Amino acid sequence: MSEVTVFEPDEPVVVEVEVNGEPVTAEVPSRMLLSDFLRQRLGLTGTHVGCEHGVCGACTVHIDGRPARSCLTLVAQTDGRSVRTVEGLACADGTLHPVQRAFKECHALQCGFCTPGFMMAVAGLLDERDDLATADDETIREEISGNVCRCTGYMNIVSAVKRAAELSNERG
Amino acid sequence: MSTRQFGARVQRNEDQRLVTGKGRYVDDIPLTGALHGAFVRSSVAHARITGVDVSRALALPGVVKVYTHADLGALDVQMPLLIPHPCITHGRTQYPLARDEVFHVGQAIAFIVAEDRYIAEDAVSLVEVGYEMLPVEVDFEKAAEPGAPLVHHDVPGNIAAHLVQESGDADAAFAAADHITSIKVRVDRSTAAPMECLATAARWDEVTGELTVWDGTQAPIGLRGALASLFELDEHRVRVIAPDVGGGFGPKIHFPYANEVLVPLASMELRRPVKWIEDRSENFVHMTHERGQIHEIELAATSDGTVLGLRNRFLHDTGAFIPYGIAVAQVAACQIAGPYRIPNVRVEFSCVYTPTVPVTPYRGCGRPQANFAIERAMDQLAEELGIDRFELRRRNFIQPEEFPYTRPNLIFADGLAVTHDSGEYEKALTALTDALDLAAFAKEQREAWAQGRYLGLGVSFYVEGTGLGPYEGGHVRIHPITGKIFVNTGLTTQGQGHETVFAQIVADQLGARVEDIIVVEGDTGVYDWGVATFASRAAVVSGSAIHKAAVLARKQVINAAANMLEADPDDIELADGRAFVVGSGTAGVTLAEVATASNPLRYAFNKAAQSATQFAPAARSDGPSLGEGAHPGIEATDYYSPPHATWAYGVHGAIVEVDPATYGIKIHRYVCVHDCGNMINPMIVEGQIAGGVAQGMGGAFYEKLDYDEDGTLRNASFMDFLIPYATEIPHVEMIHQETPSPLNPLGIKGVGEAGTIPVAQVIVSAIEDALKPLDLPPFRMTPLSPSLIHSHIAESGNRG
Repeated sequence: MSEVTVFEPDEPVVVEVEVNGEPVTAEVPSRMLLSDFLRQRLGLTGTHVGCEHGVCGACTVHIDGRPARSCLTLVAQTDGRSVRTVEGLACADGTLHPVQRAFKECHALQCGFCTPGFMMAVAGLLDERDDLATADDETIREEISGNVCRCTGYMNIVSAVKRAAELSNERG
Repeated sequence: MSTRQFGARVQRNEDQRLVTGKGRYVDDIPLTGALHGAFVRSSVAHARITGVDVSRALALPGVVKVYTHADLGALDVQMPLLIPHPCITHGRTQYPLARDEVFHVGQAIAFIVAEDRYIAEDAVSLVEVGYEMLPVEVDFEKAAEPGAPLVHHDVPGNIAAHLVQESGDADAAFAAADHITSIKVRVDRSTAAPMECLATAARWDEVTGELTVWDGTQAPIGLRGALASLFELDEHRVRVIAPDVGGGFGPKIHFPYANEVLVPLASMELRRPVKWIEDRSENFVHMTHERGQIHEIELAATSDGTVLGLRNRFLHDTGAFIPYGIAVAQVAACQIAGPYRIPNVRVEFSCVYTPTVPVTPYRGCGRPQANFAIERAMDQLAEELGIDRFELRRRNFIQPEEFPYTRPNLIFADGLAVTHDSGEYEKALTALTDALDLAAFAKEQREAWAQGRYLGLGVSFYVEGTGLGPYEGGHVRIHPITGKIFVNTGLTTQGQGHETVFAQIVADQLGARVEDIIVVEGDTGVYDWGVATFASRAAVVSGSAIHKAAVLARKQVINAAANMLEADPDDIELADGRAFVVGSGTAGVTLAEVATASNPLRYAFNKAAQSATQFAPAARSDGPSLGEGAHPGIEATDYYSPPHATWAYGVHGAIVEVDPATYGIKIHRYVCVHDCGNMINPMIVEGQIAGGVAQGMGGAFYEKLDYDEDGTLRNASFMDFLIPYATEIPHVEMIHQETPSPLNPLGIKGVGEAGTIPVAQVIVSAIEDALKPLDLPPFRMTPLSPSLIHSHIAESGNRG
């Protein structure tokens, strides 16, 4: 017995998703990627696309609080979920998230293209682990090895992870 | 009192927008009603095109237009050969879209414009291209042999260019030598892989007749010139903007790529904005490559290790076309003698066509290859003469008192003879050997070998001609209303922090806060004199031009403030955004007030402007409001044109361990000693070096573009073409040495490419040193992956 699913790429689907705390309802083609939806429909162009196949991590956002590749996610899959992008990282009053502060302080970005995805990955990491302020470099390098940066050589990103952890701990 | 900003670790002006998602890269520019483009690309390396059927693509709902070469009219022409040189006897460049023949996998054949990118890409798969295959030879060494299949039927031997340069008398030096060392090395092809691929968007304004092009380029002024020429538009009607650009590393200096012609054309013809964003897989087969060179190098030495002469012959793989001329090969040729005195040098190269993506500079631009060749040869010479490899280098360094040191007749990429301007090479080497503690390492290595562990130390000394001409401009203006300082230059930034370092330079002259200085560059609508970002030149050339303009603006501020404060100009000091009489304890006037007062006004459009209007007491004048030759406001422009390149240098060393079972490499220490002259911002310098070293690591270990024998690129994705992640890159220890360049007012040398240049030799020589107990033949190629180490050992028949 087999069931054949016919994929209609342009068949419209209605999605209800929370993006950076705001409810969004949209009708999209079923094949539309989350990265394209965020960038083209919502104008949230801070999320960048670096490789289109989930390797480089530039497009990382949070889905229900966990880092995910928006270039490998269909918008349809986010129905009923919450999405957070780099535009939702700082507080509403503009106070930067510890990761944003740390990336600035530590010169952990150059061209800035991979940075939003990298910061979302690190923000997710900080939610998971509270021991990074004192972790050794090797541990941190292992933890951030899902994202590619072509400019910095990672050294300052490693420092920024530690610094962000310190700032998070201070903030409590 | 302001502290000096030059030399300070100032945080970057650009970061606030970049960390909050407010960067504006090409694909982030909102263009209402934009159409999207996609290219149909050749799937074969070399073939005659027997037909292109676009009918099914055109029939797809949402497709607006399909361009083939036949639709291009006057644009169906060979693209320019950007840097002509007399030695290019057979210069061939690409057409925007292939005509009746394709020359490499990835060459653009058709351009589809559709309502969105999904549809455009659907349509690509509906275009049918008929090919009649032609024979190919992808290996550039074989392509240069007699009888090899030709890339261009009318280019005999596949040789695009051939150049011989000689400084001194090499043959005489070889005749006088006690010892001759001769080796052959190979550096494989790689790609820059910036995180943002190429991207172009264009809007044609029907009302003004103006074309605006947003493009991820390193050369907006050059591209503007090309577009004005191709489209026959007055220059002021073509505005090219390089907005935020997600990494460049060289290939974005090349123009015009097919997209840079087709996107503007479509926007003009279709009367709608058009956008094209390259995807990663096409970036691998479209954006230019670099690195493929094979060097034969000989050193003629006395028995005490003094190198009298050098002969170097090399082949340079230029891909299917040579649009950027011989730049990469020429730069390699001029760096082949490294930091060594070697008074007699003959260097000869041929640029070879292969049916592959064209080659233009990638970070290092021929220097990594030349460095690998000379430093491998120096190691070999040391081995053969039984002289310590550090001592051999020491004996041959150009000494501080010998600068400027010219290599007559060896002509660099700026058209001038190679002239090393300044440096302390031996001091740098000593700093490295001290940091690595050679004696302690030797002991550690002996112990490791005794335990069956393979520990090795590698070293490479590089020089880098940086800051080439012809020139750049700097423009400085104080905004009368906000008092902020608006600074412009013609080149662009792709992450190097220009908005900060140029601001630091201006801050020192005008006594302003770095964050109150707004640097806008890379927009021909704002400033359009200058050249481009390449050859580690921005800080040197634009930095110097901006400094000179800021010095002029400072004089204007001081004179105007002296007038306003009724004081002697010599007593005016500028600090904290104000001009005041030194030691007076009074607040003086703000830069905004000075700028406002310097601009005679009729209308009091705000409160501050009142004082500059014609009946205000301070603005009363007996004659014309502006004296003859005067200009309104505080504004200055100046230019800097270097007498020749300024030579940065450095030496890297590493201690590595090779796993005898897997041949995996662990880098225990990586130390970099470098000298880029006076550092504007050490934090940014360190960032440039760390990033450069990481790219060098990629080149040393994995970043090899793997063409099969049919000319198909087998690893055209981030899954298959490995670039380093954080786990692959060691911590880099840095030691700064600052020898000011005598060639420019700030004493700067370039640093953008430095980190990359020596890494392959450092790693390969370290691996070779580690495996000494196995008594292997020397390593002569890079990248050097664990599997290549394994084959090398297997072939040698030695096994520890």
